[in-house]
Amino acid sequence: MTAGTGTASASATQERTDTSSAPTGTPLLSVRNLSVHFPLKRGFIVQREVARVRAVEGISFDIYPGETLGLVGESGSGKTTAAKAVIQLRKPDSGSIMFDGQELLGMSNSELRPIRRKMGMVFQDPYGSLNPRMRAGDIVGEPLKVHGLAESGDDYRTQVSALLTTVGLSPGMAERYPNEFSGGQRQRLGVARAIAAKPSLLVLDEAVSALDVSIQAQILNLLQDLQDQYNLAYLFIAHDLSVVRHISDRVAVMYLGRIVETADSKDLYENPLHPYTQALLSAIPTPNPRLEQSRTRIILQGDLPSPMAPPSGCHFHTRCPIATEACSLTDPDLRQLAPNQAAACLLATGYDAAPSPVSRV
Amino acid sequence: MTAGSTSKSTPLLQVRNLRTSFNTPDGKITAVAGVTFDIHHGETLGLVGESGCGKSVTALSIMQLVPNPPGVIEQGEVMFDGTDLLKLSNKEMQAVRGSGIGMIFQEPMSSLNPVLSIGRQITEPLEVHLELGKAAALDRAAELLNMVGIADSRQRLDDYPHQLSGGQRQRVMIAIALSCEPKLLIADEATTALDVTIQAQILELMKNLTSQLGTALLIITHNLGIIARYADRLNVMYAGKIRESGTAEQVYLNPAHPYTIGLLNSVPRLDRPATDRLDPIPGEIPDPSDLPTGCAFRPRCRWATTQCEVDEPPLEATGVQNGRTDAQPASAPALVACFEANAVATSIEMART
Repeated sequence: MTAGTGTASASATQERTDTSSAPTGTPLLSVRNLSVHFPLKRGFIVQREVARVRAVEGISFDIYPGETLGLVGESGSGKTTAAKAVIQLRKPDSGSIMFDGQELLGMSNSELRPIRRKMGMVFQDPYGSLNPRMRAGDIVGEPLKVHGLAESGDDYRTQVSALLTTVGLSPGMAERYPNEFSGGQRQRLGVARAIAAKPSLLVLDEAVSALDVSIQAQILNLLQDLQDQYNLAYLFIAHDLSVVRHISDRVAVMYLGRIVETADSKDLYENPLHPYTQALLSAIPTPNPRLEQSRTRIILQGDLPSPMAPPSGCHFHTRCPIATEACSLTDPDLRQLAPNQAAACLLATGYDAAPSPVSRV
Repeated sequence: MTAGSTSKSTPLLQVRNLRTSFNTPDGKITAVAGVTFDIHHGETLGLVGESGCGKSVTALSIMQLVPNPPGVIEQGEVMFDGTDLLKLSNKEMQAVRGSGIGMIFQEPMSSLNPVLSIGRQITEPLEVHLELGKAAALDRAAELLNMVGIADSRQRLDDYPHQLSGGQRQRVMIAIALSCEPKLLIADEATTALDVTIQAQILELMKNLTSQLGTALLIITHNLGIIARYADRLNVMYAGKIRESGTAEQVYLNPAHPYTIGLLNSVPRLDRPATDRLDPIPGEIPDPSDLPTGCAFRPRCRWATTQCEVDEPPLEATGVQNGRTDAQPASAPALVACFEANAVATSIEMART
């Protein structure tokens, strides 16, 4: 075949020597069996629940200080809902979220406030997420005011200028309004605001998806610089698997509310174990015409099932190219199939003998 | 490649020096600033570029769907199958749209009429352009739905757009666009809004159907991977102009324009080992109402010279040998709009070794 196989095997040997990249210590964020359901209600005065969308169903993952976990999946996979639950924008139905040694579930709003300071979020739409009537400086500086992090007016202005410089904007831009910025600059503003209160975790929800490729690369580099500089942990949510591979240390793949595979970034891309991950990877066209001519692609049949009525057994069995009858009956749990890789597939090699639950998520 | 072999005769579509501008309160914006290219019978051409580069306006100008005012097609020629589309009346153009050229847009929900059944929306062009009777049109519509992979096509004809998923809506759009067997299908970011696995389905479907029917395909997208996978040739656009043009192999394996090189370095590549950092193009896309003088890419280009500030480089064959990994010798040389093409090629060659 072509260059594709060559590079894959070359980097595979390279990878075997440095699997020691596994983070040690205690995780900054530890999510266990997190479920978020949306009840569908009918009725005008007396409302009753007629159905339940299980947007997120029993997912678990850890994020260590200074590392990036990529969360990928298609629309309706629950990745954004999971992120909102983590930063407490959406109340989870069950599970546990340990952040910095504290259980967030069951906390009151006043208890949450000092913790929220340590979590920042950057959204997809740099147009919709910035208040058009606020000056750039005030947008960036608002978290400083809310959390009382500026000692004086001068200190506030100094901090805002420093933040703008950090994200590659000039301090003089503080007086401008969002509409005076380009898309890439607005996303820089969003990042500056997110890091203003010196958080230890940033949730990036499709933060670079709306940007043009030349600008996207600039923002990705900026995010990596900030991570190195401040030892930030990232929960990076995206549907673009090439971007996710680039920025993530580890990746979790979601399908209809569940994590179906999680692995170190390298392992996931070189040796995907779940058929859904395999299909996702093969569906992405690469900018290499020779490779594209020779690649075999797995084209999944049909649409994503409705999350209101997910299929029985393994949620993926209706579209899975290798599904057997057992897959429609048994719902597979996530099992450790390799040192740094876990998948939820009955047909994955070694699945039956593998331990459950997984040791590292 | 199968498509290129039949294309020795006159091209199906010849766009010559097309210029389209918009009058806005901030002044005149020239969205398409003199674009020239051909599409041959049955071939797939890619038009790639970032937002605001003029790729969509090029397509809208070909179809004469540029809203006027504020848009004006200032000059140029769009020869389609022997007639200049820019000289046609509205009514004559109506006949070309649909039966001569079909078009699919990004947002299938807003391209379909929400209050008409999809059956009605497919039969309408059949009745108008092909003058089929009601019953015959319905039969054909069911056939078309089958062709685009929608099961139980008879029953689905009564469905309304909101009852379909995004992927199915785009399938219906393809059925409508191909219903009158056009010679050219224009797909403007047709799969951008879809999920990756659905995108793959729709692209395969489009490619298979057009090659089956011998329809030429113009794929407009910002996604470099899609073009690499599906296009025989491509044009790279930046700030209203084509900056580089050639076969997919020529442009991707030996990019010659600094912008193309920058684009390919900006995207994280699944086909290469992971890198620590990307190499983005510095700066921002220029404001279309205030373009730099000379070459519009100059402020972001590391090879720019004083000549680039003054003159606009023409799109021409570089004379640079396309490296060692030559594409088919039969294909025409790649075209590049860059004064420094030779210097760029040398420094790229040096960086490789």
